[in-house]
Amino acid sequence: MSAHAEAMTENPMPTPRQNEESADSLLQIRDLKKRFSLSGDFLDQLRFKGGKLVRHQEYVHAINGVNLDIKRGEALCVVGESGCGKSTVARTVMGLLTPSEGEIRYDGQRIDNLSSRQLLPYRKRMQMIFQNPYASLNPRMTIQQTLEEPLRLHHPDWKRPKILEKVEEVMHSVGIDPDWGKRFGHEFSGGQRQRIAIARALAVDPEFIVADEPISALDVSIQAQVLNLLMEAQQERNLTYLFITHDLAVVEHFGTRVAVMYLGTVCEIATTATLFEKPRHPYTQALLSAIPRLKDDRPQHIRLSGEVPTPVNLPSGCVFHGRCPHANSRCKQEIPLLQTQDDGTRVACHAVEEGRL
Amino acid sequence: MSTTSNSSQASASPGRWERVRDSYMWYSFKRDRTAQLCLAVFICMVIAAFASPLIAPTNPYDLAQIDIMSSELPPFWIDGADDRYALGTDAQGRDLWSIVLYGTRVSLLIGFGAVILQALLGVTFGLMAGYLGGRVDTILMRLADIQLSFSTLMVAIVVGALVKATMGSAFYSQYAVMMLILIIGLAEWPQYARTVRASVLAEKNKEYVDAARVMGLRSKRIMFRHVLPNTMSPIFVISTVQIANAIISEAALSFLGLGMPETHPSLGSLIKSGFDYIQSGSWWITLIPGAVLVVLVLSINLLGDWLRDVMNPRLYKG
Repeated sequence: MSAHAEAMTENPMPTPRQNEESADSLLQIRDLKKRFSLSGDFLDQLRFKGGKLVRHQEYVHAINGVNLDIKRGEALCVVGESGCGKSTVARTVMGLLTPSEGEIRYDGQRIDNLSSRQLLPYRKRMQMIFQNPYASLNPRMTIQQTLEEPLRLHHPDWKRPKILEKVEEVMHSVGIDPDWGKRFGHEFSGGQRQRIAIARALAVDPEFIVADEPISALDVSIQAQVLNLLMEAQQERNLTYLFITHDLAVVEHFGTRVAVMYLGTVCEIATTATLFEKPRHPYTQALLSAIPRLKDDRPQHIRLSGEVPTPVNLPSGCVFHGRCPHANSRCKQEIPLLQTQDDGTRVACHAVEEGRL
Repeated sequence: MSTTSNSSQASASPGRWERVRDSYMWYSFKRDRTAQLCLAVFICMVIAAFASPLIAPTNPYDLAQIDIMSSELPPFWIDGADDRYALGTDAQGRDLWSIVLYGTRVSLLIGFGAVILQALLGVTFGLMAGYLGGRVDTILMRLADIQLSFSTLMVAIVVGALVKATMGSAFYSQYAVMMLILIIGLAEWPQYARTVRASVLAEKNKEYVDAARVMGLRSKRIMFRHVLPNTMSPIFVISTVQIANAIISEAALSFLGLGMPETHPSLGSLIKSGFDYIQSGSWWITLIPGAVLVVLVLSINLLGDWLRDVMNPRLYKG
């Protein structure tokens, strides 16, 4: 009961703690929401209802109020099942999508409302690695052209020898032979292509990299190589990662902290060790219990009933309440907010807050 | 550092030829007799047409070389033929072989010119509509729909009549080639725009476009450097069809008397001028240019078919 009271008093003013945390964070995401319209253009939206012409609009709610802080030098992993909005978060952070609500701050500066020209200096500092290396390289460009392009754009004053030198250096650093530069992307294997895509991201010497499931399209034997390459790059270049994945084994190996997402909301953020040691949120517990292990020393696999609700009509209250074994009437009405626990873990769950769990 | 750039350039130039030789297109061309024949016929016709001042025995544009007394002479395999005119003469006494060569040149010029204009307009609009989307897409595509709801012939008739009425028919005959290129070019750009838009819509969701956007490239550069090169295959394929179409449109307009004047005839106006004499037995005046037109359009269309088969990834990759 005391935990409940403490949480209740903390609830009305979460702001000071947030500010405290944002001091050393490179990227801050605040109340980010992204909706995609399903209703087509204006004419398609008109409907007859009770003899009157009404405008009817439907949305997919891909992200519903995500708050994240990414600290300098860390690798924040975002996990969750397909369709939970992980990739939408990544694409919104990179400016590929404009948020419907909320703000994104990079190094203290708001970046979500900038024009593409104003964004250009940030493009050099933040780069992205994509999921599918078979689609992320332009099939009509040689590797050399692909790698030179960002350099020419961001360093218009560089002479050709300097650009060639930089391309060669970055190709070396990802383990591609610089002689391959005149070949085309389709002449390489998936792992090599992903190395080239990483080289393209590293070419402009960014400090922050968003990796959207960078290894999930690769052969299992190649995944570890690419993952190690990303970790080496992090150490050498002091990179910060936002790493989107659905592979929990990768998270354990790679992540400094983990954010678990479910249906467009973050339900738990913790350091990797804490999360795997002591998952708090019922969804995280179910997710972790699904990892197959050789040693059978853990409690039973938690089976969730039902399906993930559709993001078109979001459930009221906690988005997880329909499948949660601990849900009560409060969960059905009130949306839980992220609450900081004593060990720094932040959980959005009424049951945890009330000490029921 | 300069050695690296030299070596890369040195090995790039033979690489291009090798790439052509190793390509699926060359492989398919080597095995396809129809394509080889059509390309040969097409190239011969293009060379003959554009070298017509050198090949043709007479200059049909030069009135001094025309003799009205030798009009309607039949081709060589019919009795009463004149040795000087292998394919006979038309109603004005012009050597049919020479005038067909010159006429093919005019037809090809208009065909290529109109297609270049169509491609410039259509590719630009299609790229913008597909890549930028939203309002731009709606406006451009509705414009294309409106344009397509007028037939080429109708646009040509209206524009031709307007120009003739305002500027006089002397002006019109002087700039007839330009006018026809403009009319056919403007009337058919939506074909390109629609094709390009469709393939841009497929391309723009690929991750390399996102990668280019994340890099910070401007939309214009992404459209022309990244998306356009990947939509080239359908553009090539419809270009062949469009050249054939443009040549036929021009012939139809000329046949209706809205195209090239009698003095500078194209294949269409030759067919028209001979049509009046077909009843009087001089069938060759209309039939020979007609056969040339058919062979020309057929070879272009068959080449286009071959190109479409080669470039359709669903046919050869899957």
